[in-house]
Amino acid sequence: MAVTEVRPAAVAPGPSRRSWLLEWLTTTDHKRIGILYLINSFAFFFIGGVFALIMRLELARPGAKLISIHLYNEIFTLHGTLMIFLFIFPVLNGFGNFFVPLQIGALDMAFPRINALSFWLLPVGGLTILSGFVTKGGAAAFGWTNYVPVSLQGGTGEDLWTLGLLIVGVSSLLGAINFIVTILRMRAPGMTMLRIPIFVWAVLATSLLAVLAIPVFTSGLLMLFADHRLGTVFFNPAHGGNVLLWQNVFWFFGHPEVYMLILAAWGIVSEILPVFSGKPLFGYRGVVLAFLLITALSFTVWAHHMYATGAVELPFFSATTEMISIPTGVLFFNWLATIYKGKLRFEPPMLFALGFIAMFLIGGIDGVWTAAPAVDFALTDTYWVVSHIHYVLFGGTMFGVVAGVYYWFPKMFGRMLNRKLGIWHFWVQLVGFNLTFFPMHLLGVRGMPRRIAYYAPDRGWTFLNQLSTVGSWLIAVSMLIFLWNVLAAFRRPKDAPDDPWGANTLEWATTSPPPVHNFDHLPPVRSERPVRDLRLAAAAREGSS
Amino acid sequence: MTVRTRKRLAGGAALPSLGLLLSGCSQNRIAQDTLNPAGPYSRKIDSLFWPVFWIAVAVFFLVEGLLVFSLYRFRHREGRGVPKQVHGNKRLEITWTIIPAVLLLGVAVPTIGTIFSLSRKPPGRPLQITVVGHQWWWEVKYPQQKFTTANEIHIPAGQPVYVAVTSIDVIHSFWVPRLAGKQDLEPNRVNHLTIQADRPGVYLGQCAEFCGASHANMRLRVFAEDQSHWQAWLADMEKPAPQPPPAVLSIMQAKGCGGCHTIDGVQGFAADIGPNLTHFGNRSTFAGATFRNNVQNLTNWLKNPPGVKPGADMPDLHLTPDQIQTLIAYLEANQ
Ligand code: HEC
Ligand code: HEM
Ligand SMILES: [Cu+2]
Ligand SMILES: [Cu+2]
Repeated sequence: MAVTEVRPAAVAPGPSRRSWLLEWLTTTDHKRIGILYLINSFAFFFIGGVFALIMRLELARPGAKLISIHLYNEIFTLHGTLMIFLFIFPVLNGFGNFFVPLQIGALDMAFPRINALSFWLLPVGGLTILSGFVTKGGAAAFGWTNYVPVSLQGGTGEDLWTLGLLIVGVSSLLGAINFIVTILRMRAPGMTMLRIPIFVWAVLATSLLAVLAIPVFTSGLLMLFADHRLGTVFFNPAHGGNVLLWQNVFWFFGHPEVYMLILAAWGIVSEILPVFSGKPLFGYRGVVLAFLLITALSFTVWAHHMYATGAVELPFFSATTEMISIPTGVLFFNWLATIYKGKLRFEPPMLFALGFIAMFLIGGIDGVWTAAPAVDFALTDTYWVVSHIHYVLFGGTMFGVVAGVYYWFPKMFGRMLNRKLGIWHFWVQLVGFNLTFFPMHLLGVRGMPRRIAYYAPDRGWTFLNQLSTVGSWLIAVSMLIFLWNVLAAFRRPKDAPDDPWGANTLEWATTSPPPVHNFDHLPPVRSERPVRDLRLAAAAREGSS
Repeated sequence: MTVRTRKRLAGGAALPSLGLLLSGCSQNRIAQDTLNPAGPYSRKIDSLFWPVFWIAVAVFFLVEGLLVFSLYRFRHREGRGVPKQVHGNKRLEITWTIIPAVLLLGVAVPTIGTIFSLSRKPPGRPLQITVVGHQWWWEVKYPQQKFTTANEIHIPAGQPVYVAVTSIDVIHSFWVPRLAGKQDLEPNRVNHLTIQADRPGVYLGQCAEFCGASHANMRLRVFAEDQSHWQAWLADMEKPAPQPPPAVLSIMQAKGCGGCHTIDGVQGFAADIGPNLTHFGNRSTFAGATFRNNVQNLTNWLKNPPGVKPGADMPDLHLTPDQIQTLIAYLEANQ
């Protein structure tokens, strides 16, 4: 949405419209690629969001009303698939692309062309998945988890889903390798590993997870395709295949995946809280240690998604799952200690970061219930889980992403977002979010299974579903406010100073937006807050003169 | 009002209302409610749910309370100096690593106890039934009594019933919330769970694993009966089905009902692609407990099954209204 608004004048003296477009299409500049990532991700968020609104309309009343059961199954599947693989993960990568090189004082990513390739694979993969809608039999309709053997009954749409995710997987893998090499090899002088911004640590941990987990998923997808089209029997029970093998493969990837979807948001929040509290991040090393522990432990918990299959070592997996919530809990205390005795400025980035803490906490607590297998037997595959997913991914990651947009938008485009609209956006989103997703906890304990296109009127679920539908439209309103805020910013002249927030990290030491080569002068790095050091030094100089 | 009293008031109001929302409201009317356990197995889950609930509520109010307190207390005001630059505190950080660990241990120990007691087979010689999942209905076999029914399970109240579950096609999940937790039904694998109802009554259930087009239409009912009704039901089920009169038989043979359905004692009706139709008139619902068993619904069903239940594996057999009437008269009389 932003690109079309950038005036040619903003790029270079008077290039024609065509060469301007060509420049964006062929760019290998990490900042432009980062912006392309963000635009692409929000486009898919829009599609996934429209699917969500349709689902909510359908569920507002008992019985089948608006759409066919088959269409419902397609859109809940593509809602989940797009949100996870084409919105949340790429949007975080977009921030990573733009800001990791800036934050470590590098000129670009280690492999700029591979970087462009990983971006362009994304729309290709996403459109491949969506193209299922125009095939006979429709798009994939088996959930984002695509359990076999029911998914083997799918048609071409199912193959397009598989193919699309293979493409997206390659994109994520290339991106991850690029990040790892960039972070390990391209840091500015003085930027030791224990001075890199916490967001960079989060991207590094995410990338390690991706490199280890995605190949497993890729092989799973290949086996899936072979079973579906080539008659192999990895999973197909009709010929002795093992249906639970798919679940093991999927979740061996899938659980690390959920951390890939949240780590960078933790990073964003851990950047913002110190800036708007006027204090350093409390326990930087503790946070890094927590990130790394979570990265390692996330490979030991996958079967907690399979408690009800009857084929899981329950005590082991519930123990590992409860263990992984310990480092996650530590993060909360570090965040609280960061704002404690600070001097808090409630600018929009800070509001969303605080909203993140308040909402992600609920998602985390929900997880403790489902971690206990006996309780999970009651809660799994109900709306409780839908609630949990959204408290983590929307209340968590999405609030973190929006916080990141308000925080970094001035740096990316040289324009401030409107503060008042930002505050409105925050409150409407917070209320809408809770109205949509809190009732789902109650629906879950009252026995409403997830993934049902309609329900009987005698179950007592109608009122709570109606609340949820009303909430979903409030979320839509909040997104319109957001969009308006962004579009309006491009109608104003550039007004952002280099460092509007009084921040700490290197990206604020260059102009807004940064030049192609990122830095005219790279300040010395003597702590994890080089820009603050610079500011204090300048103030001291002024004081003494 | 000070901040503290305001907070206490808010907390005091929020707590009971949360509990109320979760458990109270319309207690007995909701027949598919997890938090309204009706037997010892669901009660075991319930009695683990509540301790976790209270721990969660405590953690919630502690953390959100600290957050809200800090936001108010440390908000930006004119004249406050630069905050002290605290980089961390090892002792504090170790403390708040250990406290959650201890809390979680407190959850883990009873959890593991509950897992084992849920998975144990009930002692003695319990009633055993086998539930086979089909897209999108439940085949229910009573191996000890040697009969088969569908979608509606009758059990004696007050006794544990050991249920073996498996699937003929895709993964389903057996779930009657007021009686027990979920157990998945998988092809090529048999899982077990125990259900028990304290009192006679109807307990609703639903398939809880997405299983294709009509996943939303795969429900079930458990009827817990007192001794006399239970014995009467068994007697009904064990008696032979009435032979279909020639008019019915000829329609059924022409339309190939026997290729998919079983009617005990009728030649050529021994398939299990569709539900066993012996004693069909005994059931209160049909087609995955989606429709009430009455003439109107049955007419719609026989006219065009996939039209009323998307994806259903019984095709439109182009029955005439007369044929439908004849068939229904037989089916409903087949008690
Ligand atoms: C191709 C197989 C097939 C044929 C032929 C067929 N049925 Fe069915 N029938 C099914 C299936 C499968 C179901 C279960 C559908 C569901 O619930 O999803 C079913 C369900 C039913 C039910 C509801 C049973 C219950 O308790 O849920 C009745 C009644 C029924 N069929 C009657 C008939 C009659 C009468 C005929 C012949 C005129 C017939 N069927 C022919 C496959 C078939
Ligand atoms: C715009 C607001 C949103 C609304 C109203 C919404 C609504 C829903 C609903 C109703 C379901 C349940 C579908 C079902 O089980 O039948 C669902 C599932 C899901 N949602 Fe959302 N959602 C929203 C945003 C998001 C976001 C931002 C994400 C992630 C980043 C997300 C990820 C998921 C996932 C992974 C599922 C599970 C899909 C599946 O079962 O296969 N949603 N959503
Ligand atoms: Cu997991
Ligand atoms: Cu099912």
